[in-house]
Amino acid sequence: MTSEVKPPEEDPSDPRDWTTAITGVGSSLWKALLIPSLALLTALIIGAVIIAVTDVDAWRAWSADGAGEALSMMRTSVVDSYKALFNGSIGSVNSISESLFSATPLIIGGLAVAVGFQAGLFNIGVNGQMHMGGLVAIYIGFTWSLPTVIHIPLILIGAIIGGAIWGGIPGLLRAKTGAHEVITTIMLNFIALFFVDYMLTTSFFQEPGRLDPISKAANTTAQFPKILGSEYRLNIGFLIALVLVAFVYWLLFRSSVGFEFRAVGANPDAARFAGMSVVVALVAVMAVSGALGGIAGANQILGLSPYRATTNFAATIGFDAIALALLGRSHPFGVLWAGVLFGALRAGGRAMQGEAGIPIDLVLVVQALIIVFIAAPGLVRAIYRVKAPEAVPTQLTKGWGS
Amino acid sequence: MLANDDVNFEIASGEIVALLGENGAGKTTLMNVLYGLYSADEGEILLDGEPLVLTEPSDAIEAGIGMVHQHFMLVPVFSVAENVILGVEPAGKAGWIDQKAAKEKVREISSRYRLEIDPDAIVEDLPVGIQQRVEIIKVLLREARFVVFDEPTAVLTPQEVEGFIEIANGLKADGKGIIFISHKLKEALEIADRIVVMRDGKTVGEVSPADVTEEGLAELMVGRPVDLVVDKSASDPTEPVLVLDHLTVLDDRSQEAVRDVSFQVRAGEIVGIAGVQGNGQTELIESITGVRPSIAGTVTIGETDVTTSSPRDIHRMEVAHIPEDRQRSGLVLDFAVYENMVLDSYYDEPFSHGIRMDWGAVRESAAKLVEEYDVKTPGIDVPLSGLSGGNQQKVIVAREFNRDVKLAIASQPTRGIDVGSIEYIHSRIVEERDEGAAVLIVSSELDEVVALSDRLLVMYRGEIVAEFDPKTATTNEIGLAMLGSAEAAK
Repeated sequence: MTSEVKPPEEDPSDPRDWTTAITGVGSSLWKALLIPSLALLTALIIGAVIIAVTDVDAWRAWSADGAGEALSMMRTSVVDSYKALFNGSIGSVNSISESLFSATPLIIGGLAVAVGFQAGLFNIGVNGQMHMGGLVAIYIGFTWSLPTVIHIPLILIGAIIGGAIWGGIPGLLRAKTGAHEVITTIMLNFIALFFVDYMLTTSFFQEPGRLDPISKAANTTAQFPKILGSEYRLNIGFLIALVLVAFVYWLLFRSSVGFEFRAVGANPDAARFAGMSVVVALVAVMAVSGALGGIAGANQILGLSPYRATTNFAATIGFDAIALALLGRSHPFGVLWAGVLFGALRAGGRAMQGEAGIPIDLVLVVQALIIVFIAAPGLVRAIYRVKAPEAVPTQLTKGWGS
Repeated sequence: MLANDDVNFEIASGEIVALLGENGAGKTTLMNVLYGLYSADEGEILLDGEPLVLTEPSDAIEAGIGMVHQHFMLVPVFSVAENVILGVEPAGKAGWIDQKAAKEKVREISSRYRLEIDPDAIVEDLPVGIQQRVEIIKVLLREARFVVFDEPTAVLTPQEVEGFIEIANGLKADGKGIIFISHKLKEALEIADRIVVMRDGKTVGEVSPADVTEEGLAELMVGRPVDLVVDKSASDPTEPVLVLDHLTVLDDRSQEAVRDVSFQVRAGEIVGIAGVQGNGQTELIESITGVRPSIAGTVTIGETDVTTSSPRDIHRMEVAHIPEDRQRSGLVLDFAVYENMVLDSYYDEPFSHGIRMDWGAVRESAAKLVEEYDVKTPGIDVPLSGLSGGNQQKVIVAREFNRDVKLAIASQPTRGIDVGSIEYIHSRIVEERDEGAAVLIVSSELDEVVALSDRLLVMYRGEIVAEFDPKTATTNEIGLAMLGSAEAAK
């Protein structure tokens, strides 16, 4: 019989679990953070081993001065590196500014991928959507000079349109012809990349006097204002990211549109039988995802000096975003935490490279290891002998490959 | 989770034991333990007095336990012989599979047990009843002493069921021990030498078919007296609500699945469509409910032509639809109970204002429906996958009937669910009729359509081939029509 309405069984594969994690149930917050924290710790330990064994000076000292000396040198390089990593990520106001600054495009891009995952779509095309959104954004940015309060919203709208169209195309292809979005978005990435490259050499965009693909600089009114003073790079892009996190959360879990997205993602047949239009939903999801990508693209140009579009300005953000969405379990709040973590690692990694001479690639290795451990929670549990919950989240996405 | 709790039963060679229980009673779990798929936490399995350790299906096969699964484990594009030898291929020269030896083996077994079959036939071309024979031959080839049949009659026509019973008796005569898992009382009574009844994971009784009636068995199974006969008065049909006029519909392979079908369903009557699965019923219902387009003919609901209307438009015309496959097309299993309760009405007041969902209103309504429709769930927040089949189906029934219904369409409304839920859902359907709805029922369970319908149509190869009065027609007559026999089609 229906007794009291009891809370659901803890199910870490349930994306909504993050909601309870955020909104305050203490124990479930710890549960939600336990595995990611252990994954981070393990990744850092392995990173330390890598730093130690790749310390060329220490190996030289091994033969010259013996193992003791070598080991102490290795210890020193690990300690120095991680000190720099720590200081560079959260050690000072500037470090925090740098961390959040680096996190901004990752969060927005991660949201783009997460929205797709929630609807069972794997949007690998954030890179292309960033390029298209960014291209529109920079055009609006250097063409007009308007008050910032008008100019930046206008730029964002432009970026949203550019990204939404580029995301909507694969959505439409999927819905109408069944062409898998993984294939089409990858292809559209190339088209966007070279299209932008080409446009940057036309007189519409190209900086006069230059021969390489580089755009004119955005007017100062289009540049994202800094929020901690001009000496820190953190700008309103981060605030925009926070607003988008809240918006995506609302869209997915509080609106009827999101209900459709999630229903289509979880069971397209049932969605169709229940009268939802799967075609409309697929196109809409991809357009929303693309729009977020477009905003990430705008941020990539107007959020940092020299405020110009150049070749491949989206860099690897669009792909890092996939890892991020997985790490954040496709939940907007999860993406926020994961983005901040990766941003911090990135800012710290730059400091580590500068101060300790450890290549920033090590940070990428650590990031990759975190993803591996998150994706294989059984591994972390085995290492730390943490008791497994009833259900183990092995499946992070749905619809992929179907 | 404890699916089986202190289960005891035994079987001897040359005996048929029926394992009877509702869905979720733990029958399948028990058999999976016996087949080495799950391991028991406590207790033991004894074979010839020796404890048996089963950690893998291969151990079970080794011990002479064979299993015919409910969903056949066959490769559709392989021939009968190829399917039969899968995993125990007779190797010829240089490791080539000896096709000849394979076919010979199939012939040998099929003649010995009188399981007629063509070893060269491709499995996907065979009717379900014959496919089942392939599974049986597979088991026999592996020299099983005990054969477990998991719901073997669920997919068979009445005639095929008779054939199956013959086969089972043949195996018994050959000294095999047979475990027959079912939730169908009649068949258990007919086939078995002994009936073991399970409830809530426990064996609750063991009876001899001679000593027990259907009602008694049902009571043992459910734990309370059950009304097996659908209690309904004579119908009082009025004006037509659903009118099909020369409707033709294609299936997914662009073949005509529904051919020139015309009939009508009037307010206040239940029209049942009987037929072996795969004779166009699925496509017919999908077309009426707007999920699948038709290529010719019209569908009219009330006064409105809905031939090209969308599922939502049709839903809005007070049409309730219980889809054939609840897990595939009726529910989102990952969603919570309350979310599933509004799957087709979420977009409108009172559940949403504009595009803002009012989860408060949704939850309130869901809590009420769970109570009213007797859905057994720990709460409205649990994912639907955590509910038993019967309760999942009740969620759909609650969702669809919780409003004014002019036309109710139910496909396999009680497939794979427990007797208690069947009773409840049947009474709800009759209630809708009595309140003046037109009701269309499709079921491959002949007993069900016969019991529920006021008029019975038989569908065969996409056409309506016969109409019966369910009160007077015999099972044999209807069964023949289901097989397309011309004489039966009056």
